[in-house]
Amino acid sequence: MKKALVPGAFAACCVPALWLAVQLVTSGLGANPIEALLNDLGYITFVLLALTLACTPAQILLGWNWPIRIRKLLGDFCFFYACLHLLTYTVIDQGFDIHAIAKDVLKHKFIFLGMGTWLLLLPLAITSTQGWQRRLGFRRWKRLHRLVYLAGGLASFHFLLRFKTPRLETLAWMGVIGALLLVRAVEAARRRARVVESP
Amino acid sequence: MSSSEITPKQLYVRRREFLKLGAGSALALSLPAFAKAKVEHGAKLAGVTANPKYALAEEKKNAYEDITTYNNFYELGTDKSDPSENASKLQTRPWTVSVEGEVGKPRKWDIEEILKSFPIEERVYRLRCVEAWSMVIPWDGFPLADFLKKHDPTSRAKYVAFESAVQPQMPGVKGYAGIPFPYLEGLRIDEATHPLALLVVGLYGEALPNPDGAPIRLIVPWKYGFKSAKSIVRIKLQETQPATTWNQYGGGVEYGFYANVNPDVDHPRWSQAKERRIGEFARRKTLMFNGYPEVASLYAGMDLRKFY
Repeated sequence: MKKALVPGAFAACCVPALWLAVQLVTSGLGANPIEALLNDLGYITFVLLALTLACTPAQILLGWNWPIRIRKLLGDFCFFYACLHLLTYTVIDQGFDIHAIAKDVLKHKFIFLGMGTWLLLLPLAITSTQGWQRRLGFRRWKRLHRLVYLAGGLASFHFLLRFKTPRLETLAWMGVIGALLLVRAVEAARRRARVVESP
Repeated sequence: MSSSEITPKQLYVRRREFLKLGAGSALALSLPAFAKAKVEHGAKLAGVTANPKYALAEEKKNAYEDITTYNNFYELGTDKSDPSENASKLQTRPWTVSVEGEVGKPRKWDIEEILKSFPIEERVYRLRCVEAWSMVIPWDGFPLADFLKKHDPTSRAKYVAFESAVQPQMPGVKGYAGIPFPYLEGLRIDEATHPLALLVVGLYGEALPNPDGAPIRLIVPWKYGFKSAKSIVRIKLQETQPATTWNQYGGGVEYGFYANVNPDVDHPRWSQAKERRIGEFARRKTLMFNGYPEVASLYAGMDLRKFY
């Protein structure tokens, strides 16, 4: 059971990509498949980001340790889908029109937030290995990886701005991200209080 | 004694909805891959003649399936696939259209009378959505100008306001997000009486399908799609510029009153320079006034960056 956790999570993370590939080939994505692909990839990225952010709170609140064992895997897959999302936007949707993309990023908050999220995830994905953890030293590595909180925030607003009207679904997801960050904040404050009390 | 005398209409309509919902969700659960909505074809319209002036022969028409399953119709839901999936939530009979305000002859029309009173022509128009996608659609309808003329607009009729239907069983009208329904749109009188402005009652020679705004809608091809109100129940001529849904929502940030297709004026969240024609891979350049330069004179001397 314990041995199956990582391979099982790996397989589960591959399912959305395979499902999208099948939909694409069987024209199951409807009249505007490029838009559907872009949106679906963005949604999967967001869900994986939320799952990655949920591992530590699961340990704090429920005492579960197994999510920590797949946290790196979830984070890496989150970046994998973020790359597919970005490639779909830049190459397929915009036809790699650098000028148009640059204008889009600089002029529009919605695109800027999406691009910003990807840029925040990039160094985290690169340094997600144990080698980099050693090279940076655990404390510095940990401080760097706190960028994921900011990524969660930017991604939430990117998701919100995607629609003309704030959707219940998006607001609920923003609530989830907010709650996951809040658990950490409360835990950190408690720990600080304990440090002050203990000596 | 008919059953309608025993059961109030509202109630049995809702009961039927409930049964349909039950059957529909059972089917959707058992066959997720086949749950995609196919929109039923409407009745064939009699005596439709193609208007050669608007044949748009150089452009490829979009398929019926694309036109009826990829829609924005927020009363039926906010996803593109919602209007076709919730198509049955729009009751198109009985249907009346009330014409009122600054007119010599106000009138409440039954839809059947409208269908009989105006010769219906087919016009192939480009449709450009504010979301940067477009289609080419063969509409069946008649000029709005001909319709308005029947009511003798007064000299104070400077604007035309359109109101779309709100029906209690529509899933989108109980909006939490503060979209004010009924959906309201408006045109200046010279825009409304421009020969391109069309009242549409059909698609591909058949009665207009529900996701496309049955039984009667507006099409103003040089403006973004949202200006072309669907499922119209009221047309009011008035002296002042009417409030519109997207003008009121969020303090009017979504789009202005004119909303002419304009590649040089960005949407707050994306560029309008290019568009994706549904069915095509690469984006194509968006044309000024959606490729209808004949309307330019309506806006002579106006700063279209300011009046977007």
